Amino acid sequence: MVRGTRFPERLQRFAFQGTVAGTFVFMALPIALVLWLSFFRNEILSLPPDGYSLRWYSEMFAQRQFLSGFWTSLQVALLATFCGLVVTTPASFALTRARFRGREAIVQLLMSPLIVPAIVIGSGLYMAFVEFEVRTGLPVVGSTWGLAIGHILLTIPWSLRLVTASLAGVDRSIEEAAASLGASPPVAALKVTLPLIWPGLVAAALFSFVTSFGNLEISLLLVTPGNTTLPIAILQYLQWKIDPTIAAVSALQIAVVGTGLLVTNRFVSLAKVV
Amino acid sequence: MATVVLDRITRRFGDVLAVDDVSLAVAEGELLVLLGPSGCGKTTTLRMIAGFIETSAGTVRIGDRDVTQEPPYRRNIGVVFQNYALFPHLTVFENVAFGLRRRRTPEAQIASRVGQALALVKLEALAQRLPRQLSGGQQQRVALARALVIEPDVLLLDEPLSNLDAKLRHDVRQEIRRLQQMLKITTIMVTHDQDEAMSMGDRLVVLNAGRVQQIGSPQALYRKPENLFVASFIGQANFLDGRPERDGAVFVTRSGVAIACARAAPESRSLMIRPETIEVLDPSATGTNVFPAILEVVTYLGSASELAVRLAEGDTLLVTQPSSPAAARRWTAGQRLSIRIDPESAVGILGT
Repeated sequence: MVRGTRFPERLQRFAFQGTVAGTFVFMALPIALVLWLSFFRNEILSLPPDGYSLRWYSEMFAQRQFLSGFWTSLQVALLATFCGLVVTTPASFALTRARFRGREAIVQLLMSPLIVPAIVIGSGLYMAFVEFEVRTGLPVVGSTWGLAIGHILLTIPWSLRLVTASLAGVDRSIEEAAASLGASPPVAALKVTLPLIWPGLVAAALFSFVTSFGNLEISLLLVTPGNTTLPIAILQYLQWKIDPTIAAVSALQIAVVGTGLLVTNRFVSLAKVV
Repeated sequence: MATVVLDRITRRFGDVLAVDDVSLAVAEGELLVLLGPSGCGKTTTLRMIAGFIETSAGTVRIGDRDVTQEPPYRRNIGVVFQNYALFPHLTVFENVAFGLRRRRTPEAQIASRVGQALALVKLEALAQRLPRQLSGGQQQRVALARALVIEPDVLLLDEPLSNLDAKLRHDVRQEIRRLQQMLKITTIMVTHDQDEAMSMGDRLVVLNAGRVQQIGSPQALYRKPENLFVASFIGQANFLDGRPERDGAVFVTRSGVAIACARAAPESRSLMIRPETIEVLDPSATGTNVFPAILEVVTYLGSASELAVRLAEGDTLLVTQPSSPAAARRWTAGQRLSIRIDPESAVGILGT
């Protein structure tokens, strides 16, 4: 469209472009700042920097709690992502393909982890786990599995939203065509529907992973001294010191998530799904 | 190949009767067309034959099997969908091979049978393309090959031509008909397009509001429609209200014109005359069923002219006359002429 060159038209355009640019800066600034800070030589965070160094990165690798925290977070996030998808994919099929009583109630139930404050979920899980431990003698609190169970609750709403949206976009007649050609419902789902919603599954996995990886509140109540997640390791470190090690750790986290996004985007266009 | 028999099938959606007590039998190798306006139940009927929706009552038989309770994947049917419903993530080859793989056909056989099916629709060269790389007409042929390769007992076509442009539609119409007759495959097709139905079907089933209105050959439906719905849905027609007299040999219109007609049932309340069966004569002409008239409007349509003529009693009739160099000059509005109604083509119709 020809956009016009009168003053109000130019003003509108300028205001629009300004808002877009401002929003981008607002979103990118914290990330840029963290990356910058991680290279400061200063012991205590202050501006302007005394100089630049990589010592905080070596410091980070020297501090065992960060590496083990990173490792735990990675394991928990992968487990939670995988289990979340295994649970929500069949649920999404049922919720999009069948009409039944209580459908809305089930959707609300599955979405509820987004509504209930995470700290409340954490407390509830903690009490349930303790009770479970008392009765069975099996250790859950502080175990990677215990953490993963808590994080699955976080991944379910994300997966559900994305997978149901993808499924709703699949033309039903394609599934009917599969059925007419002799594919029973499980075969049709596996051979036709799943390949078609693949981008949605990847996006769901990614969102689940990021949500779990960065979660603090639920983990807070479920970790033990020997087995902490990265966000908690950061929090604990911050209680004693504020030096650029934290920035270096954050840079590492940003790198992991950023790489995940870029790699994924090579296989499925995330902008199309989300 | 097999027969298909629907025995009093009914389908309710809530309070709505989408299909109401429909019975019909399709012979082996026959192409039967379900024809009707949108919402008449034709697609619902087809979907019950395919097994995509359950019947509320009645039975569906394919060959000697009662398949009423069988899921679609055990019915051995081939379906061509209105939007083709190709698998977008699979190549043309894999789309066609899909049904064979579900039947655990050996790999060597798959290759040759898919090749044959694609040759049938002249798409061998495009076997490795993805559906989105094909034109609408090509996608439609893939859909046809995919449905035929499994050698289904019955082929179901759901408005197969509605997404093609007008010129292509004409070719594909003949192409589908040719394949169907060559393979002698029992076929049921749904359409709302009467030309499509007439040109392709061995027999037509006209549906309205979920009920069968008439079943018959295209000629029978056109020449001897059983009710007003069929008469007006298929082709153009003049309808004159009135009642039959002298055992139905004559139909007297409300305005008082007595027209000799094919035997009209005593309950007939309307006389149907197709516009092309009316002859135009000189004003001086006389004989049975010859009536003086005045030409009111002439509409030139290219291959024919449409004349609106008024009888002395006030009834207006539409007459079509094939175009000829002589005829084109002959018509002028307001001129006097006579028309002759062929008694065999004047048909008494139930209902008004």
